[in-house]
Amino acid sequence: MSTSIAVVINGQPRTVAAGTTVLALISELGLGGKPVAVERNREVIPRAHHASTILADGDRLEVVTFVGGG
Amino acid sequence: MNDSWKLGDRTLTSRIIVGTGKYKSLDETRAALAASGAEIVTVALRRVDLSSKEPTVLDAIDRSKYILLPNTAGCYTADEAIRTLHLARELGMDELVKLEVIGDPKTLFPDNAATVEAARRLVKEGFKVLPYCSDDLITCKRLEDAGCLAVMPLAAPIGSGLGIRNPHNIRLIIENVGVPVIVDAGVGTASDAAIAMELGCTAVLMNTGIAGAQHPVRMAEAMRLAVEAGRKAFLAGRMPRRDYANASSPTGGLIE
Repeated sequence: MSTSIAVVINGQPRTVAAGTTVLALISELGLGGKPVAVERNREVIPRAHHASTILADGDRLEVVTFVGGG
Repeated sequence: MNDSWKLGDRTLTSRIIVGTGKYKSLDETRAALAASGAEIVTVALRRVDLSSKEPTVLDAIDRSKYILLPNTAGCYTADEAIRTLHLARELGMDELVKLEVIGDPKTLFPDNAATVEAARRLVKEGFKVLPYCSDDLITCKRLEDAGCLAVMPLAAPIGSGLGIRNPHNIRLIIENVGVPVIVDAGVGTASDAAIAMELGCTAVLMNTGIAGAQHPVRMAEAMRLAVEAGRKAFLAGRMPRRDYANASSPTGGLIE
């Protein structure tokens, strides 16, 4: 059984350990505690589910935040 | 004089809403927001830059002082706009959102039909929608019927600084919709903002008019004063226009 899985984060391929949760991924990306929202395969993962949502091989994730805009 | 206004169940005193894009630095952003006197500031939603550890615009915005208004800039369909706002809601926002569904990249004119469709769906989901739209009364009426909290007709193309191109249309909208009318886009300098307010707009939304000035912080203050001046002039009721002169000094008692 593979110990790592391939995902795509903001369009960039990335390998993470099998069993990684959304919460752990945010921390791994250096975004722990930062205001970010996450979408997996075009579905928003509510903040309350970050700790219980385990990534699957092939998942496409969008990690977004607010930027300056009009 | 208390001249506050209502946006849904919020009471606001400032009549200027400002964007946070295009500033040279976060310090400039912070100073311009403060000088504008705005209570509501807009932000956009984008992918996190995973290669950068730089502070972001949220570090420049004191959330205890400003209401964040996430926009859907860059969205060309109702679906994209709704998807964007679902993510914005996850970022711990109030349900107040600026809806824009763009119809064309060159003019950034709105796709009014798609905007109305998106507004209907978002209102059903509980969002409080402020839609950017054309200066078109019928579109504004449709958006009001859809349950939008306000309508935000453009003065001129986004970022153009061309001022109020069709003041007559803006006035017709003000006279014929029941929700606040906020001119959004095209305000280039203080007199443009004053004209919008003199027409009877409830508020004005701008970004490039401030951020694109030579001295943005000074312009932010100028815009705040212009909005206040225009509002007071509207409340005062301007004198009627005449085709010919009407002397200000007594016409009798002249020396001979």
